[in-house]
Amino acid sequence: MAEPRFDLEVRVRVGDRDLPLRLRTEAQRIAIVGPSGAGKSTLLRVFAGVQPGVVGRCLFAGQSWLDTARRRFVAPEHRQVGWVPQEALLFPHVDVRRNLLWGSPNEDRLSEIAARLDIEALLLRRPRHLSGGERQRVALGRALLARPRLLLLDEPFAPLDPALRTDVARTVLAECERDNVALILVVHDLDRVSPLVEATFTLTERGLVQTSPDSGFGGEA
Amino acid sequence: MTIVHPASAILLSLQVATVATLGSLPVAVGLGYTLARRDFLGKVWIEAIVLLPLVLPPVVTGLLLLRMFGRRSAVGAWFARMGMPLSFSTAAVVLAAAVVGFPLLVRATRTAFESVDVRYEHLSRSLGLSAWPTFLRVTLPLAAPGIIAGTVLAFTRALGEFGATVVLAGNVEGQTRTIALAVYALLETPKQQPAMTPLLVASIGLSFAAVVLHEALLRRLRARLELHRG
Repeated sequence: MAEPRFDLEVRVRVGDRDLPLRLRTEAQRIAIVGPSGAGKSTLLRVFAGVQPGVVGRCLFAGQSWLDTARRRFVAPEHRQVGWVPQEALLFPHVDVRRNLLWGSPNEDRLSEIAARLDIEALLLRRPRHLSGGERQRVALGRALLARPRLLLLDEPFAPLDPALRTDVARTVLAECERDNVALILVVHDLDRVSPLVEATFTLTERGLVQTSPDSGFGGEA
Repeated sequence: MTIVHPASAILLSLQVATVATLGSLPVAVGLGYTLARRDFLGKVWIEAIVLLPLVLPPVVTGLLLLRMFGRRSAVGAWFARMGMPLSFSTAAVVLAAAVVGFPLLVRATRTAFESVDVRYEHLSRSLGLSAWPTFLRVTLPLAAPGIIAGTVLAFTRALGEFGATVVLAGNVEGQTRTIALAVYALLETPKQQPAMTPLLVASIGLSFAAVVLHEALLRRLRARLELHRG
C-alpha cells in the first residue's frame, strides 16, 4: 500500500467531551461532511497546528507534524498550509492587498490570483467595506498565494453568489492540480463540491467514516 | 521661606510622568500579554502584586519603596556608592510615579490583548509568520488603541502622584518638587498664593486633556471590536 497522504490519530478536547479523530487515506483531495458541532472545523485546526489540547499523532505526506508521545510539534508557520476558517477572517487593520500578500510578497502571483478570483477592484479597500462573498474570495486568494502544500477550506463556497461558486471552485481545483496541492474541504452540501475531491468522509460522534468512493479502506484505520 | 517656581514644577512633572510611563510601558506590555494569553501556576499572586499599588495608600507604597531603595537598603547603598543616591533624587520621583501608574498600565494592556481574537494570530502563523512577527504585525496593532488609552491614564496618574513621592523623594525645589508637591508646599506658605494659579491651571488642564484623549481612544477600541465581530 502506498504511503497515506493523510494519517491522523488524535483525541481533541472539544468543550466538555473528548473527540476521537482518525483519518488514513491515500486520496489527495478529500471532503469532510457531517452535522454541525461534530468537530469538522476542529479537524482542520488540528492540521493547521492551531488547535490546543490535541493528543496523538498527525502526519501529512509522510511528514510528522504532531506526535505527542515523542513531544514533536511542527509550528503552524512551518507546515505550508493554506487555512481558510469559516468566517473568512481578514486582518481588519490592513487593506485587501496587504491581506493577500501576508504569507508571500509575490506581486506577480498576486495579479494572477486576483484576476482569477475577480477581486482586482478591491485591492485598496479595507475588509470592513467588503461583502461576505468578497471577503471569502480574498481569504481564498490569500491562502492560495501562500503557496501551500495543503489547503484547509471550511465551508468555502457557502458565502458566495451561486453564479460565482463554479468559477471559484474551478480556480481552487486548477491551483491544486497545477502545484500538486492537497485539499481538505469541510462542506455541508456535497453535491456542489464532489468534482473537486477524490474521497468523502462523514464525521459523526463515532469518528470519521469514508462514505465515497466505497473503497476497502475507510476513515477508521 | 519656601520658594516655589511653578514653571519648574510643571516641567518636572511632565518629564517625570513621561519617563516613568514610557519606561514601564515595555514591561507592562510583556506582563499584560502574558496575563492575557497564558495560564501558569501562581498567576493570581502575580496579578495581586501588580494591582497592589492601586489599592495601597500611596504613603505606604512610598515607605515600602524607601525600604527597598533607600540609603539603608542594599540596592540604595549600591546606587549611593556609584555616586547616584536614589532617595531624594529625581530618579526617586520617577520610580514612585512608575510604580503607582504600573497597575493601570498592566490592566489596560491585558484587557487590550484579551480583546484581540486569537484566531487572527493563528491565521498569521498558518500563513508563514512566526510568533514574534505575528505579535508585532497582528496582536500589537489590534491592541494598540487600548494600550495607548492605558498609557494616557497611567501618565495622568503619574502626573498627580503625591504620597509615595513625598516619602521616597522628599520635596526639593527643582529636583523632586512636582506640581502636586509644589501645591502642597504653597499651602503652608500663605504669601505665595499667586504662584498657585498656574499650578492649578496646569494640573486641571493636563488631567482634563488626558481623560478626554483616554475616552476617545477607548471609543475607537470599541468601534474596532464591533468591526471584528461584524
